[in-house]
Amino acid sequence: FIRFVVLINYPLYIRSVPTQGELKFHYTVHTSLDVVEEKISGVGKALADQRELYLGLLYPTEDYKVYGYVTNSKVKFVIVVDSSNTSLRDNEIRSMFRKLHNSFTDVMCNPFYNPGDPIQSKAFDSIVSTMMVQAC
Amino acid sequence: MADDALFEFLHMEIVALVYKEQATREDIDKERVTCVSTLEAMGFRVGQGLIERFTKDCPTFKDDLDLMKFLCKDFWSTIFKKQIDNLRTNHQGTYVLQDNTFALLTQFSSGKQYLEEAPKYLAFSCGLIRGALSNLGLESVVTAEVSLMPSCKFQVVIQKL
Repeated sequence: FIRFVVLINYPLYIRSVPTQGELKFHYTVHTSLDVVEEKISGVGKALADQRELYLGLLYPTEDYKVYGYVTNSKVKFVIVVDSSNTSLRDNEIRSMFRKLHNSFTDVMCNPFYNPGDPIQSKAFDSIVSTMMVQAC
Repeated sequence: MADDALFEFLHMEIVALVYKEQATREDIDKERVTCVSTLEAMGFRVGQGLIERFTKDCPTFKDDLDLMKFLCKDFWSTIFKKQIDNLRTNHQGTYVLQDNTFALLTQFSSGKQYLEEAPKYLAFSCGLIRGALSNLGLESVVTAEVSLMPSCKFQVVIQKL
């Protein structure tokens, strides 16, 4: 399975395959948010790379891998994947984040979107769908 | 190409339209204030979208000063085809950006003629700066002043929580 979340400090967009068992993933996402915050505020020297890779949030019954990515406008993208899914390599995750960021920028430039609202753009949805199909 | 002129003309028309709509309503006293707020709000939303696009490939900013420098160089030159000429700060959250030939004012005059009309045409750009900063995580108050066209100064005061 795979799961995409876009959030500032609250979720703007959540999409997962399969769709059951959402509640425990909310917990995962919120704890990963804390880690992201920690990483951002820990920037004493300039980190040239704006993405952070967080591996290894282990859960008692199942293994998940949580990846995070932060933009300059403090918008966070989180991708949660099943650990048994070893076919997803680092640069594939990175390219997924780039695509997410690009589509998010387009959503931002849409005059009908107010920053801070949940994302309802169909274009954004279809980009995410394509990525989910490729990943699973 | 005539790209720059396109936005300048559009901007002039936007200002004219906002003021014309306001004039058809009765309350003349509030006219100037509401118009300026409307224009500033427009600039704010545009600034938010623009900064998202421009910072897509940039590394994270080290601190506020770095951010302001980016604003003065890359952001300003992408929009107005030139950089800010002078940036001053008191290192306590106040920055003054001076543009000696501000693109939206060059067609007016090169002295003091039409000085009292200038603020209307600066409101949008103030909002632009405020929107850009807001999306980068800095709440601010942006004001502009003109004493000699087409040079103008934008004063940015960062609101620390």
